[in-house]
Amino acid sequence: MKRLLFGLSLIVPLAAPAQDAKKEIEKYQQMLGEGSPAELWELEGEALWKKAQGPQNVSFEKCDLGLGAGKVAGAYARLPRYFKDTDQVQDLESRLLTCMTTLQGRSLKDATARLFGNADRPSEMEYLVAYVVGQSRGHKMAAPVSHAKERASYELGKKMFFYRAGNWDFSCASCHGEPDKRIRMQELPMLSQPAGAQKAYTTWPAYRVSNSQLKTMQWRLNDCYRQMRFPEPEFASEATIALTHYLAVTAKGAPYNGPGTKR
Amino acid sequence: MRRLLFVGILVAPLALAEPTPREVQDIHLRDFHAKGVVKKEAVAQDAVQRICTVTNDRPGAEIAKQLEADQMKTIAFPASGLMGDWKRGEDIAQSGRGMTFTDAPGTPNGGSCYNCHQLAAKEISYGTLGPSLQGFGKKRGSGEETQQYVYGKIYNAKAYNACSQMPRLGWSGTLTEQQIKDLVAYLLDPASPVNQ
Repeated sequence: MKRLLFGLSLIVPLAAPAQDAKKEIEKYQQMLGEGSPAELWELEGEALWKKAQGPQNVSFEKCDLGLGAGKVAGAYARLPRYFKDTDQVQDLESRLLTCMTTLQGRSLKDATARLFGNADRPSEMEYLVAYVVGQSRGHKMAAPVSHAKERASYELGKKMFFYRAGNWDFSCASCHGEPDKRIRMQELPMLSQPAGAQKAYTTWPAYRVSNSQLKTMQWRLNDCYRQMRFPEPEFASEATIALTHYLAVTAKGAPYNGPGTKR
Repeated sequence: MRRLLFVGILVAPLALAEPTPREVQDIHLRDFHAKGVVKKEAVAQDAVQRICTVTNDRPGAEIAKQLEADQMKTIAFPASGLMGDWKRGEDIAQSGRGMTFTDAPGTPNGGSCYNCHQLAAKEISYGTLGPSLQGFGKKRGSGEETQQYVYGKIYNAKAYNACSQMPRLGWSGTLTEQQIKDLVAYLLDPASPVNQ
């Protein structure tokens, strides 16, 4: 943690010209990449995955993430996908909620009580997500679009990406539709093209230094919409899953390299 | 307006699984909820947002002209004295606060100008989504016409470019008349750091 704080101090002196500042930020990001606190979330998530919970008193070890009951390795790289039992396209967070309510027999109210945590008290969802995505490291992104509902989900996500609304008239493309743009000093990936989507999607979910916490993809979309001045998206709704699906498919072929570490 | 939308749909490439613009809006209205200062209805599209979305921000010249004329009518130009205080303008340009679903109601909004534009040379933390405005007043002068243009552009950018990515900061209620005047001064006043 001390090392992280030191990293932060590197970007404070902004009197230097822009080029120097950019180099300092790159150095800082490289430091963050080495030995990420995300590993702690993965370990905690693994323990939670194996812990018996709920009225059924069972663990997640029989949870089907798309590759069969209990198969975690490589599962995240193939999400979102269509699930026959729910007759829906689901992302990781949505599927974890399904396992909590069906497998463990917990109420939806209990399962969704704390979807986003904070530094003092992270959420179960964040721990579980860290563990599951870590089990896809090195697996190539391959979210399927063969089922009719997968095709529809991808197409809806694409439309959502370019949908302009809200008090400030933004769409996702307002910030992520052109190459080499930034907000303040923050570089913005062009998410409608494979190169940008691959770089961003394979490093989310991520430990975020500014929040001292691991953040999920559902949180990432929630915070984007917040900054776009939209109302709040429903967690694990068809809309958020479709947008995730569009990004995942655009990122296909790149090896997953998360959970990442962000500013 | 309905006729314009209809034309937009006809020229869009047809794919079997592709939802219609109406379906996309309905899904947004179903899957987003009001929170804090943001109403749920904000996720529904007005004419500008709808036409810019279906035409990928490239409406035909005729449609663009009509939209811009309609948006121009929304601008409430103050009777006189468009130049405010550039020092207050600088704070407004720096601040990115306001209008999100986590902002406390009643706190003053910022203009978020530096998020997208370069302005004063001494501020190196600027975004590049919009054009650089460094030395704007030095190049354009600070005459009455320029003041009118800058005020109008900040109040409703769509009156000048129908599908501009810039928010309609006055029209949306983000900035007050006085705040926009202060930004006009920040951009045009010869003493402003933007023009140093």
